[in-house]
Amino acid sequence: MHRRDFLKTAASASAVAASGSLAAPAIAQGAKSLKFVPQANLANFDPIWGTQYVVRNASAMVWDMLYGVDSTLTPKRQMAESEEVSADGLTWTIKLRPGLKFHDGTPVLAKDCVASLERWSARDPMGLMVKALQKEITAVDDRTFKWVLSKPYPKLLFALGKNNTPCAFIMPERIAKTDPFKQIEEYVGSGPMKFVRSEWVPGAKAVFEKFADYQPRSEPASWLSGGKRMLVDRVEWVIMPDPATASAALQSGEIDWWETPIADLIPVLKRNRNIKVDIADPLGNIGSFRLNHMHPPFNNLKARQAVQIALNQEDYMRAVTGGDVALWKASPSFITPGTPLYSDAGGDPLKKRSLEAAKKLLAESGYNGLPVTCLVAQDQPPLKAMGEVTADLLKKIGFTVDFVATDWGTVGQRRASKNEPGKGGWGMFHTWHAGADCVNPASYTAIRANGDKAWFGWPVNEAVEKEVAAWFDAKNLDEEKAIMARLNKAAMDYVVYVPTGHWVGYQAWRSNVEGVVNGPLPWFWGVKKA
Amino acid sequence: MLGYLVRRILATIPVMAFVALFVFSLLYIAPGDPAAVIAGDQASPEDVEKIRKSLGLDRPFLVRFTEWSGQVLTGNLGTSMFTGLPVTELIRQRVEPTLSLMIVTLILAIVIAVPIGVVAAWKVGSWLDRAFMAFAVMGFSVPVFVVGYLLAYVFALELDWLPVQGYTAMSKGFWPWLENLILPAIALGFVYIALIARITRATMLEVLSQDYIRTARAKGLGERGVLFLHALKNAAVPIVTVIGIGVALLIGGAVVTESVFAIPGLGRLTIDAIVRRDYPLIQGIVLMFSFVYVLVNLIVDLIYTALDPRIRY
Repeated sequence: MHRRDFLKTAASASAVAASGSLAAPAIAQGAKSLKFVPQANLANFDPIWGTQYVVRNASAMVWDMLYGVDSTLTPKRQMAESEEVSADGLTWTIKLRPGLKFHDGTPVLAKDCVASLERWSARDPMGLMVKALQKEITAVDDRTFKWVLSKPYPKLLFALGKNNTPCAFIMPERIAKTDPFKQIEEYVGSGPMKFVRSEWVPGAKAVFEKFADYQPRSEPASWLSGGKRMLVDRVEWVIMPDPATASAALQSGEIDWWETPIADLIPVLKRNRNIKVDIADPLGNIGSFRLNHMHPPFNNLKARQAVQIALNQEDYMRAVTGGDVALWKASPSFITPGTPLYSDAGGDPLKKRSLEAAKKLLAESGYNGLPVTCLVAQDQPPLKAMGEVTADLLKKIGFTVDFVATDWGTVGQRRASKNEPGKGGWGMFHTWHAGADCVNPASYTAIRANGDKAWFGWPVNEAVEKEVAAWFDAKNLDEEKAIMARLNKAAMDYVVYVPTGHWVGYQAWRSNVEGVVNGPLPWFWGVKKA
Repeated sequence: MLGYLVRRILATIPVMAFVALFVFSLLYIAPGDPAAVIAGDQASPEDVEKIRKSLGLDRPFLVRFTEWSGQVLTGNLGTSMFTGLPVTELIRQRVEPTLSLMIVTLILAIVIAVPIGVVAAWKVGSWLDRAFMAFAVMGFSVPVFVVGYLLAYVFALELDWLPVQGYTAMSKGFWPWLENLILPAIALGFVYIALIARITRATMLEVLSQDYIRTARAKGLGERGVLFLHALKNAAVPIVTVIGIGVALLIGGAVVTESVFAIPGLGRLTIDAIVRRDYPLIQGIVLMFSFVYVLVNLIVDLIYTALDPRIRY
C-alpha cells in the first residue's frame, strides 16, 4: 500500500468514525478500471472525419469492423460470418454474425454496414479505389449485403480489415449518413467498449466502459481480429502532454499504462521493479526526408541522388532515438523491415555513403547555389532531431540552406504550397510514416509518384505507378513480393523520398497489469489488472 | 462611486472589442491550417479543401469576423473546429481547475509573502532579511517547471505524500481537491511570493521611516501593532497593485504548471488550441482572459478606496 493511500485510509476511517456514515464510491465496488496515457490528445472522435492515429486507436475500442487483420496482417472475419465472391470476382456477398448489437441496443443490420462503408470509401485511399469500381452496394436482407464491382478487386477483405487509418468501422446508418467531411455528433458504437460522452474532456480525459451486450468471437484475439474480450470494466484515457509527469505518475501508480514513453526516461522506468517496459509497435516508423520534385534544386534527379548517397541513416537514427541501439536499424528500403513484402532492392546508394560522390552528383545537376528551404518542426522531437542532421548534411555536400525553424502546424500548411521555395513554398521537410502504413502500397500514399495526386513533393514516375497498380491486382504472396521489390527499386532510382531509417518506441505499464501485447495500436482486449 | 463603477464597466466594452479584433486578425494572418491537421497525412489536397470549406475557412476575413462578432454579442463563442463542441462548454469544463489553482496560489502567496516582506523590512540588514531576499531572488530566477519537477520528485515520488498529477473536483471533497493543488500552487506561487515579498519589504521600509511610525513607537505601542496596524495598512496600496498585476503572471504560469502537473485547466486548453490552430477556441479563451484581467484591475481599483480613504472616484 502506498504511504499516501495509508494516510488516506486512516483519515477516512477517522472521518467515518466521526460521522458514522460511508461516502458512496464513484465507481461500483469491484469494478476494474485501467488508466492509460495515450500518445496524443483525443481532440475529436470521428475516425472517418479525423484520421489521426489517436482517434483510430480509441475508435477501435468503440466500433467493430467486418474484418480485422491479425498479427500477420491477414484479414480475418470479425463482424462478418461469411463471404462469397462470384466466379468472375465482381460480386461480393457478405453476411453478418447473428446477435450483433449497437451500444443503443439496436441490432447491427446490413443497411448500417452499407452506409458505414459508403462513408468510409469516400475518405480512405483503398476505399476510393473500391468506390471507383463500385457498381452498387445494397442490403439484401437484415444480415446480408452485396457489393457489385466493375472489375475484380482482390484486396477487398484487406481493405475492410486493415489497421491503417481510416479503418472501415461499422456505425448505425443514421450516423454513417453524415457527410464524410463533417464530424459526427453521436457516438453509438458496435465494439466492446462504449464511449462515455458525458465524461469526455478533450485535452484531458476520455472514458470508455465495457459494453455488456458485445458478442466476442470464439477465436483468440490477435490485433484487430478474434475475440475482443474486455477484462476491465472501464478504460480511462488520461492526457499528459509532459513525459516527465507521465513517467512520475506511472512510477507512483497513478496510471497503469503509458503508450509512448520517451527514450530518455526508459532507464528510470526499467529500474523500477513495479514497471514493465517493452517495444510498443514492432512495425515502428520510417523516417522521411521529403523532397519537392516541382522546383529546383530537387526537380533534378542528380540533386536528389546527391542527398540519397550522402545520407547516413545512423546519424539520423541516433539523433532520433538518443542512441539506444535496440530502437533503430538502418533500412535501405521504403518498406517496413520484418514484414512479408520487405525488399531492399535498389537501396545500394543508402548502403554506401559517399560525400565525394554526392558532391560530384550535385555538380552534375548544375546546382547554382539556390537556397534549399528546409521546413523543420521544432515541436516534434524526431523532426527537430532529423532537421539538425539534415542542415549539417546539406551544407557538407555544398547546398545553401534556408533553415526554417517552425512548428508542425505551419509545416502542415506550407508543405501543401506548390509555390517556389522563395515565394511561400519549400524545398524539403521531414516527417515519418508509421511502419504499419508502409507494409504495402494500400495506404502508402507517400510512395506514390502520380504528380498532382501524389503526396507533398508531387513526384511523377511511371515505373513507380505501374508497380503500385500491379500490387493491387496481385494474386498471391510470391507475386506481391516480386512487385514490391520492383517498386522499391523504382522508387529508390527515382528518389521519391529518402528514408532516414527505421525506429521503434517503447511502451510501459505497471506490473499488476497483464496481457499487454505489442502492435501498431494499443489493444485493450485481453488486458487485465490484478 | 456607482457612476465610476458603471463607467469602468462600460469602458471594458471597447477594450474587449479591440482585443477581439486584434486576436481575430492575428489568427487570420498567422500561418497554419486546421483543415490540414484534421485531414491527416493521408488526405489528398481535395479532401483538405473540402474540410476547409466545411469549416468556413474559405470565406473572406470580413464575413468571418462579422459572423463571429455577431455570435459573441449573443454569448455564443462558436464551436471548436476539432472537437465539434461549443467553445463555452470547453471553457466551462476547464474553468474550475484553473480558478482553483489560482485561488489556492493567491492565498498561499499572500499568506507567505506578506509576513516575509514585513519581517524582512523590520529586521532590515539582518541575516533574516538577507535569507528572505535570497529566497526572493531564487523565486524570480528558477523557472516554474523546475520547481514543479523538484516538488513532484520529493513530495510525490520519494515521500509519497501527495499525488503527482491530476485534478479532483471540489464536489468530490475538500481534501481530494486540495491535495491535487498543493504542489502546483507552490510551484506556480514561487515567483509570485518573491514578487509580493520584495514589494512588501520595499514599501514597508519606506513607511517605517515615516514620522508617524516613530510617534507610534514613542507612544509605547508594541512592535506588532506598529508593523501590522500602522505600517502595513499604509503600505497596502502598492502591495495590492502588485497582487493585481501578478494575476497576469498567474495566468501565464498556469499554462506551464497545468502541463507539468497534468491539470485539465484553461492553460492546457490554450496550448492545445494554439498547436492545432483551433481558431474559435483561441479567440474565446483570449477574450475570456482579457475580460478576467480587466475585471481584476477593476477590483484592485475598488480595494484602493477601502485601504486609503483619501482615494475617491
